[in-house]
This record gives sequence, C-alpha cells and structure tokens, in this order.
Amino acid sequence: MGKYLELNASNFDSTVAEGVALVDFWAPWCGPCRMIAPVIDELASDFDGKAKICKVNTDEEQDVAIKYGIRSIPTILFFKNGELVDQMIGASSKQGLADKINSLL
Amino acid sequence: MLDCAIIGGGPAGLSAGLYATRGGLKNVVMFEKGMPGGQITSSSEIENYPGSPEILSGLDFMASWPEQCMRFGLKHAMDEVTRISKNSDGTFHIALSGGRSETAKSVIVCTGANPKRANFEGETEFFGRGVSTCATCDGFFYKNKEVVALGGGDTALEEALYLSHICSKVYLVHRRDTFRASPSTIEKVKNNPKIELVLNVDVKKAYGDKMGLNGLIVVDKKGNERDIVVPGVFVFVGMNVNNSILKQEDGTFLCDMDDNGNVLVDLSMNTSVKGLFAAGDIRVKASKQVICAAGDGATAGIQALEYVNH
Repeated sequence: MGKYLELNASNFDSTVAEGVALVDFWAPWCGPCRMIAPVIDELASDFDGKAKICKVNTDEEQDVAIKYGIRSIPTILFFKNGELVDQMIGASSKQGLADKINSLL
Repeated sequence: MLDCAIIGGGPAGLSAGLYATRGGLKNVVMFEKGMPGGQITSSSEIENYPGSPEILSGLDFMASWPEQCMRFGLKHAMDEVTRISKNSDGTFHIALSGGRSETAKSVIVCTGANPKRANFEGETEFFGRGVSTCATCDGFFYKNKEVVALGGGDTALEEALYLSHICSKVYLVHRRDTFRASPSTIEKVKNNPKIELVLNVDVKKAYGDKMGLNGLIVVDKKGNERDIVVPGVFVFVGMNVNNSILKQEDGTFLCDMDDNGNVLVDLSMNTSVKGLFAAGDIRVKASKQVICAAGDGATAGIQALEYVNH
C-alpha cells in the first residue's frame, strides 16, 4: 500500500526533482479538498513506485503555496523531473487525474 | 444488476440511499467521484436546518451524514458517471468514465448544481488565480486584503459576511440596488463596516498579470467606470444544474426537461421515464436548500423501492 507524501518547504524541491509527481494543494476547511482526499489516497496506492502522489497543507505551508501562486484550492500541480508541466483547479475525478499522470509517465 | 443506482452524493443522494436500503433494497450503489457531502460542504454556515440549532460550516454539518446513510448497506462507488441511457428491456445503462459501465433496474439522479460564471472579460483567464466561487476554500488566501463579492442573492450576501471576517474590506458588487436575500442577512450586510456596497453597476472586465488578478473594472448606468483594485473576486451569481449525464448520443435528453435544463418531476420525483427519478437541485422548481434536497431524496428512495419491488 502506497501512501501519499506530505510536502513542506524543505522537502518539496528534492521530492519533485525526479520522475513524475502530482501535488495536491489543500486545506482542512475546504469542502472540495476533503471531497478528493479519498481519491488522492487511492492514487497513492495505484501509482506506488511509478509516480509520486503528494499533498501540501496550505494552512501550514504558506510559503510553498505563495511560491507556486496558489490562490484557489484544491489546485493540483503536475511535475516531471522538477519541471511544472500542468495544473488542474477544482475537484477532479480519479479517472481524470490518473489519465494525466499516465500521459506523463 | 443493481436494484438502484444513485448518481450524486449530496444531501439528496445520501437520503435516497438511506431510504432505499432501509426499506429493503439490497444492491444500491451511490456514484460519487469523491467523498460524499455535496455543494453544501463549500458553504460557510448553515443555520436553517431544524433540529441542528448549532451554527455549523457546511463541511461540519455534513460530516455525520455518510456514516448514517450507509448504515443499511448503501454502497459508495468513487466513479464518475458520464451518461445514463435506457436499455430495450427497461433497465438502465450507467456509463462510467474510463469506459466501464453498470446496469440498474432504477436510477435516482441527484447530481445537483455548480456555481455559474458571470461571463465578464477575464473571468476564465483568472479563474483559480484570483477569481473564485468558493469563499470557504479560498478566502484564506486574501487574509487582510481587499476583495470583491459579486452578486445579490442569499449566497452572495452570506459569503460577503464570511469574507468580512477574514479580509480587510469587501466590495459587494451588484447590478441592481435591491437584494434577493433574507431580510436578516441584508440587515447584517448593511450594518457591516467592512462591506462597501457597489450597486447598479455591471462588470466590464477583470485584469491582472502572469501572477494573477489585480482588479476589476465596473461601469455604472451612466457609463462611468470605476477601477476596484483587488487581488480576489468571488463570484456568486447563481447555479447551473448538472444535467449532462442525461444527454443522449443524439443530443436529446433521456427524460423531459424545462427550458432551463431542470428535470421535470411529479410530486413523487418520477421523471417522464419509468424507473428514473430526480431529486434535489436538479429538479424543476427546486428550493435549493439542504432540507428540501434531503426530503426529495427520501421521496425518491421510497418510490424506487416501490418500483423495483412491483
């Protein structure tokens, strides 16, 4: 069982530097963020060893959110070898997110 | 074969599932792409659900619903439904994203609605980068900053009040000088020193740069422009019903709809197609309240039970 990675200011860059990473910017008070939480959990299992499934709690990691210009949550960023390649704003379906990761692998 | 497929996991879908399973239907699946709860989980507070006198956020209010509603065997599938159509034997075909599908004897459509865009220049360009439809989600990013709340209904006024607790100032921008909201809410807005009313204006455009939104230009009835310099604009101008899953390959709808895309139902939540029910915000003349959606769901659940058993 894979588990998503919790990212913060000190491990963000090194985590997304290699391979494909999905980063979910969320906060505990955000309804649509809570809605996709189980989807992120499942993706972490499904893509275990293939892609990094990560979360950033914007309440605790405001500097990271500011660095990426996050003004709306959930925002999901996709990285490939450290480069930001795509983003999705709002609650997306599991299929939509999985398709996006697969297209980057 | 499912006895009943429930599409959507808000108050209507959860209540429909509770009533259908408690009434004895065995194979009932609620299709909801993520955690159940629905649109109300984005609402800042709910104070008009009898029996729940404590004022809670929508998220907290809905927290106990899934466990209770799934107690009698309702199953949750984290799938996105793409289309419902009728098979020649009277059952329903439920197409799911990714090319999979299910078959069901009855279907209750509870897909609800989503916030409408106001259609001003720059709205789409800056959506998610300054333009938002969810104050509880995104208000936090504008702590001690000035924002615009756009609209004149209950939601716009309630969310303007919510934003006034976080932001240094809220411009409530509305195209008329009267509000369609409860008198108590209007009073609270008018007496709030952090809310400035900007009335009788139309939005001309939103502007910004590559970092995001920088402001909103509004124009009054005489043509005078005003530049409101804000990093955030919250749009609350009504809702669109989520009816796309009822659209068939030939572009027609599976059941009869009104001109605004709401599903026509009778008092038992029957649509024009036998075995197909609709409940909550998607149905014609919906009051768009949690308690009404829950009531619709209960009615539809009971009717689906009748339909499958007879």
